[in-house]
Amino acid sequence: MNLPGFIIRNAFRNKRRLALSVSSVAASLFLLITLQVALRELTNPISDEGSSLRIIVRNKVSLAQPLPARQLQTLERIPGIVTVSPFSFYGGLYKGDEKFTSFAQFAVDPARTGLLLADAKIPKSQTEAWIADQTSCIVGQMTADRYGLKVGDRMQFTGQIYPCDLELKIAGIYHGTADDRNVIFHQKYLDELLGNPGTVGTWWVRAASAAEVPLVTDRINRAFANTSAEVRAESERAFVLGFVSMWANIKTLIGGISIVVIFALLLVTVSTMSMAIRERFRELAILKALGFRRRELFAFILAESFGLAMGGAIFGAGGAWVVYHLINIQKLTNGLFVMFEVTPRMMGLAFSVAALLGVLAAIAPMLTVARTSVVQGLKTLD
Amino acid sequence: MAVPENIVTIRNLSKIYAKGEIQVTALDNISLDLAAGEFLALMGPSGSGKSTLLHIIAGIDRPTSGECLVQGVDVTKLNESQLADWRNQNVGFVFQTFNLIPVLTAFENVELPLLLTRLGRAQRRRQVQAALELVGLADRAHHLPKQLSGGQEQRVAIARALVTDPQIVVADEPTGNLDSHSAQDVLGILQSLSRQAGKTVILVTHDPKVAAFGSRSIHLEKGELTR
Repeated sequence: MNLPGFIIRNAFRNKRRLALSVSSVAASLFLLITLQVALRELTNPISDEGSSLRIIVRNKVSLAQPLPARQLQTLERIPGIVTVSPFSFYGGLYKGDEKFTSFAQFAVDPARTGLLLADAKIPKSQTEAWIADQTSCIVGQMTADRYGLKVGDRMQFTGQIYPCDLELKIAGIYHGTADDRNVIFHQKYLDELLGNPGTVGTWWVRAASAAEVPLVTDRINRAFANTSAEVRAESERAFVLGFVSMWANIKTLIGGISIVVIFALLLVTVSTMSMAIRERFRELAILKALGFRRRELFAFILAESFGLAMGGAIFGAGGAWVVYHLINIQKLTNGLFVMFEVTPRMMGLAFSVAALLGVLAAIAPMLTVARTSVVQGLKTLD
Repeated sequence: MAVPENIVTIRNLSKIYAKGEIQVTALDNISLDLAAGEFLALMGPSGSGKSTLLHIIAGIDRPTSGECLVQGVDVTKLNESQLADWRNQNVGFVFQTFNLIPVLTAFENVELPLLLTRLGRAQRRRQVQAALELVGLADRAHHLPKQLSGGQEQRVAIARALVTDPQIVVADEPTGNLDSHSAQDVLGILQSLSRQAGKTVILVTHDPKVAAFGSRSIHLEKGELTR
């Protein structure tokens, strides 16, 4: 036998309590990781290769305000722009969905979106069919899978923002983008249904290079300065982060829940360690009498507490990593979450929290042992 | 340094406990000499201070005043850490309630004090085996305490007390939880330690029959030596 072996024997003395304690730490850390992953998913813009080149142009007054379609000619003349297309959020309710449709629908100019959606993988024949048929659309693989859709099927939407409904024929199914959920159809079809209002929701622009994105953004903003429809052009990342800023309360809420989880975890671990040491108070006094010094007893307590917390971290954080790595979160959440990736930073956070808990939970029992003399301990024996 | 003739020399030892505003004198100006190899029975009624005296000699309690020299070392002057080392090397403890670690086998319980030494595994094994053989429990080495009888548990505790080869063995009511047959066995072992191995044994008891195993007995009453 050696001292580590002795510590392990002690830790496994009450197997049921150990299992319950490790489970509670594991469950709490699993929850903590889940909250962190959800927070990241909600607040970090998903980016693909093309996103670094994309610029979103919206009405300076508000995103809800449309832009004049005539701006296209001006945009096309701005140096550094490779292509530009309208990008109008339709926001309809898909047939069968009662209150909420988890995928977006965008109206675009199909002939101009090839470079804008360069990450999308779709057979050429399907792209050609989509461009040729004004009432057709292309659908993200996730949505197609979820609703069992295939090329040639029809999708019906009830307008929630625009006073018109849509019936779209699926010309193609794409995949490979950061978010394979969207339905993309012809702006001209929307215009016709609306009586050609001469407006678009936003413009999506592709810059020639990432280095030119700030220059192009500036040129666009200046081009429409002091016009009846001033614009706000920004990189796709900045545009998405603008949405994220609206999640401030969610961030606070998740942060608050995380703190409560950690605090509950601390109470559980402290309680477990206190019980374990109180149960063994007699033995610790005997160990002292046999010649074990305070620092060795502290090491026993700390090792046990630390081991318990780290055991919980291995099962909790490790379990979260395995679970979120293996399950299809998109399918499970109906596309609400896309990546749900447990990052090394989150694993580091969970293990750091566990390590800190292990140390903090050991302090109270260590103080008790330090304060108690051998004789006081032995008096509890006889 | 030569070992002094008296293994324990106590001079003017007092111990006063403060319980709130009330002071309780547990030991009152005790002086005592104990020779190497003696088997001393400390007798007295409950609360007479016999356990307190034993604890001070064994270095697990400190007196309020006075000297306690054990093998020439004034244990009252040692700090916590020095005392822990000193106890490990010089004193073996036997308690009334055995106090074996329940998750360790008899062998591992006996090995416990040796984990603090620099002995290698093989040497530890030899010493543990020898200690268990001395108490007649070599065949129970791999039994857990719950698999042993009370008498066997106490014999394992004696083996644990002896494994570091200390000069002094202190036993606080070691037969208090044993039947008469097991008590005889345990007292016989302690007696042979004194007589054959030359160990100094200090035993606390209130039972004259138990004290009769000792080579000398002293009585305490209200913290004072009466005879």
